[in-house]
Amino acid sequence: MMDGLKIELGRRYLFSASHRLHSSKLSEEENRRVYGKCNNPHGHGHNYVVEVNVSGAVDPATGMIANLADLDGFVEKEVIEPFDHKSLNEDVAAFRENVPTTENICKEIFERLKHFPEAKLERVRVEETGNNTFEYAGEEL
Amino acid sequence: MVYLTRKLEFSASHLYHNPALSAEENKRIFGKCNNPHGHGHNYTLEVTVAGEPDPVTGMVLDLKELKEILEREITQRMDHRFLNYEVAELKGQIPTCENIARVIWNLLEPKISKGHLHKVRLYETPDLYADCYRNGAHRA
Repeated sequence: MMDGLKIELGRRYLFSASHRLHSSKLSEEENRRVYGKCNNPHGHGHNYVVEVNVSGAVDPATGMIANLADLDGFVEKEVIEPFDHKSLNEDVAAFRENVPTTENICKEIFERLKHFPEAKLERVRVEETGNNTFEYAGEEL
Repeated sequence: MVYLTRKLEFSASHLYHNPALSAEENKRIFGKCNNPHGHGHNYTLEVTVAGEPDPVTGMVLDLKELKEILEREITQRMDHRFLNYEVAELKGQIPTCENIARVIWNLLEPKISKGHLHKVRLYETPDLYADCYRNGAHRA
């Protein structure tokens, strides 16, 4: 519809995972100083909320930007399945070297979802807890 | 620029069915939402108006006025209604979150007397929503 309006779809997902904030580029003492409790060697966990926004033309036959079942399936396969009930440091290759801060988790999720074939990925927002939220929209943000 | 947001809830039923498609295609595309008797949601609407606060009143737009506009245009039209059959603006459209958000935008935009409509966000459930705003608008 050429009415100058833009429509985005927002969808929230959940996963639970553990992580440890520890940088191989810092000394033990610096790691403790920088990351505090989050540097606990055995790790700790969070219930993460992932909010995904996609945009595109609304198909007049379906009324949808993207079929929700397809979006859910894509996010499940790319993010939820590999992250849920995992140790992010141990089980997700991207975080072997990269510290799994929520900033980096947000960027990693964006990279994994940006190839969704049915709509344009606008941004990814991750809540680590109800009080901490991170957002990434690719490099233009 | 200041952005003011007002929330409102309404409850309505709907179903997804495109008469141009076969029964099987409808079932495949729309799944549970194709149930012929419909189903319902508690919708949450967030309406954001942008503008400069009036130097005398300190307001972008009087919240009472916005509340009345929302009551008249949205609540009375959609609350406790079957969206497919009772909302004229949705006739011939599948009442998805995307389409309802656009209809709400078109109902509200001409009624906003001060500032301008910046964004409409419509939650169908806490985990699913659609945003509508002008192409190229800054996303506050």
